Amino acid sequence: MAIKRGRGVAAINYPTGMNLGGDPTQALVHSTPTGNFMVTLSSVDLGQGMKQIMAQICAETIGVPTDRVVVDTADTDTGPHCMGTFASRGTHRAGNAVIQAAREARQVMLEVAAEELEVNASDLETDGQGNILVKGAPQRSISIFDVALSAHFKRGRSISGRGMFLIPRSYPEKETGAMKPSTCYAHACTVAEVEVDDETGEITVLTVKNVFEIGRALNPKMVEQQLVGGSWMGISHALYETTEPYYPDRDHGGTDFNQYLMPGPGDLAQTEIIVLERPSADGPYGAKGPGEMCANPQIPAIANAVFDAVGVRIDTLPITPERILRALKAQASN
Amino acid sequence: MELRKSYFADQRKDDLHEIGQPRPRSDSPGHVTGKTAYFADRNFPGMLHLKMVRSPYHHARIRSIDTSEAQMHPGVVKILTAKDVPHNVYTILILIQIGPEDETVLADGKVRWKGEAVVAVLAETERAAQEATAKVKVDYEVLPAVFDMEEALKPGAPVVNEYHGRNYYLYDSGECRKVRFGDVEAGFAGADHVLEQTYQSSPIEHAPTETTGCIVAPEGNDRFTCYTNTQAMFFTLDNASIILQMPGNRLHFVGGTVGGGFGGKVDVIVEPIAILGAKLTGRPVSFIYSREEEMQISSPRAAEKVVIKDGAMKDGRIVARKVTGYTDAGAYSRHSPYGAQKGAGHYPGPYTIPNVWIDTYCVYTNRTPSSAMRGFGVTIGDFALEVQMDKLARLIGMDPLEFRFINAYRDGDMKAHRQPTEGAALIECMQEASRAANWPVAEKFMAMSSYAKGA
Repeated sequence: MAIKRGRGVAAINYPTGMNLGGDPTQALVHSTPTGNFMVTLSSVDLGQGMKQIMAQICAETIGVPTDRVVVDTADTDTGPHCMGTFASRGTHRAGNAVIQAAREARQVMLEVAAEELEVNASDLETDGQGNILVKGAPQRSISIFDVALSAHFKRGRSISGRGMFLIPRSYPEKETGAMKPSTCYAHACTVAEVEVDDETGEITVLTVKNVFEIGRALNPKMVEQQLVGGSWMGISHALYETTEPYYPDRDHGGTDFNQYLMPGPGDLAQTEIIVLERPSADGPYGAKGPGEMCANPQIPAIANAVFDAVGVRIDTLPITPERILRALKAQASN
Repeated sequence: MELRKSYFADQRKDDLHEIGQPRPRSDSPGHVTGKTAYFADRNFPGMLHLKMVRSPYHHARIRSIDTSEAQMHPGVVKILTAKDVPHNVYTILILIQIGPEDETVLADGKVRWKGEAVVAVLAETERAAQEATAKVKVDYEVLPAVFDMEEALKPGAPVVNEYHGRNYYLYDSGECRKVRFGDVEAGFAGADHVLEQTYQSSPIEHAPTETTGCIVAPEGNDRFTCYTNTQAMFFTLDNASIILQMPGNRLHFVGGTVGGGFGGKVDVIVEPIAILGAKLTGRPVSFIYSREEEMQISSPRAAEKVVIKDGAMKDGRIVARKVTGYTDAGAYSRHSPYGAQKGAGHYPGPYTIPNVWIDTYCVYTNRTPSSAMRGFGVTIGDFALEVQMDKLARLIGMDPLEFRFINAYRDGDMKAHRQPTEGAALIECMQEASRAANWPVAEKFMAMSSYAKGA
């Protein structure tokens, strides 16, 4: 009886969005008289930080600091249509809609500034700090606050924009299955190291090294929170979670967090995250949807590591001590 | 976390100001100090609480329902049964023309899974509503149930859902969604190795911190405001509009701050019945799942069975892959026909294989309906694919990582569902994993590229 060590690898890809039903999201952007910008959506922030990302996308496009943008979302009386937050689509679909709306608003903003500065709008640029400058002559400038005031009270312009992003519906061809089920793909490769106690069947995940390719890390800290959380969820799926432990038997299902097994802090592996960026052709600033895929590669990597450690294959999830012991027993009797 | 900028540097301009910056989240101070308002933080005067009477059986005919004693329970204001729901038989994907309508808001004549909603009780307090549910008398005639997908697909198995009439979803392509690419049998015939293996999973709970729920307030002008934690505002509004036969302009949904979704809040379950309760009583209504309901009543990730048969050559090339996937939808469709189809579009994984055959089935059984969850249609498939890859590598006698390099897809390669590969990055992820994990591979693999010509 011994504690045995093994490691396993898995590599995966993951689609962004699900356009087998048509995949639209809209956005509206307008400025207030204070020179701040409002983004109006009906998308849902599930806790992953969608509002923050939409603010950064709008700020980048208009050319203002992120704290000048406020996101108002998920009120069907005010927000334009969004399919919803699922299928790793939020950042990609809503982000593209926000870019389009913000570009239109930026154009009006530059036109108003051009009238104030008596130049062509095409000769203007933003400094990213809240000012509009004449290209090559930065001493000629106007603050976005003053542009907003001028638009509202003097020029009679609405600094606003409309954005729409639609992936049209793809119908799978009946006989061949030819279809366009999604847009850009994110990628991952994970190496997991485990220890397996061949007396108790207990598995300890020692390290999980994840490499994720996600198009562009729009906000690296938020990418990190999502990828680390996803990696933990992958461990949880591999070793612990199910509402029906003896499926297809319906009994023994957990009804609270005492009975439904999930890893505690002590059960989580040393986790390494490395991010690569290959910008997608159709994503907002090249972003792909990493939300779902980051929880997938750990599961097979751990399963493969268990085999490497003790030489038994557990092809049914979750990989419980009971399944390990039964497999070891079967192996010994062969 | 490390950003490795050396990869794809020629594909990317790093000239952005706000994007790429680790700005602090504007909502996190509220979250960590308990100031953020969630839907359940609203409390309206006179608010009623809704609790469900649920089926104790996996499959049963309802002979009769007697609510008279529950009606008399102190605090009970209203009791709803199937006849109170204007359009009781629905399915959520009818919005994208994926039918038939196959699920009841409140059971009508039959229950098809243990826990199915039968009668809704609205009372002044949560406790009164809960107590009254125990006083609703339902007379059931228990029917044979089927839990195993293989059993369900056999001729003569009990029919789970009469709206389908068979225990699988009928696609326009037949009993399963199909992908056909090349000649898979010729591929097996010419292969040095053939390996067929079966992989399985069981249902998994989303386990969000905040359970599914909503609070509905009548606005006094025939409009109803629904404060909800749905993941999809208009999708839920539009389905509620159909179920309630109420024009959409009378519904106002407010949400957008949610304590975890993971796909568990895209079914339209709590909102329509709560709005109906508010309409019929004229009072605000709260319907929030208990943790037990969240665990065993709300849709889990589907159990899946995946059979993979591969043909591979001694040099490591996979020449044929046949995948048969089964998704256990439980008693009703919800999003499952879509999930099974998404699987068909995902196999054979990020590898270029000349001969591919894929069948994905959506199967009905007498269990809690499953639905979307993070990695919908893909997560369990990836488990199966990547364990299979490990087995194949060992069968051929190759390093598992090198084996993947040999088969990895690259830009321009045609996928089985006939889309050319674009933006591939699998090779680079594996190269970096090789370095990070100190898992060396041959130099020729480290020199490969997903996109560069000649590499």
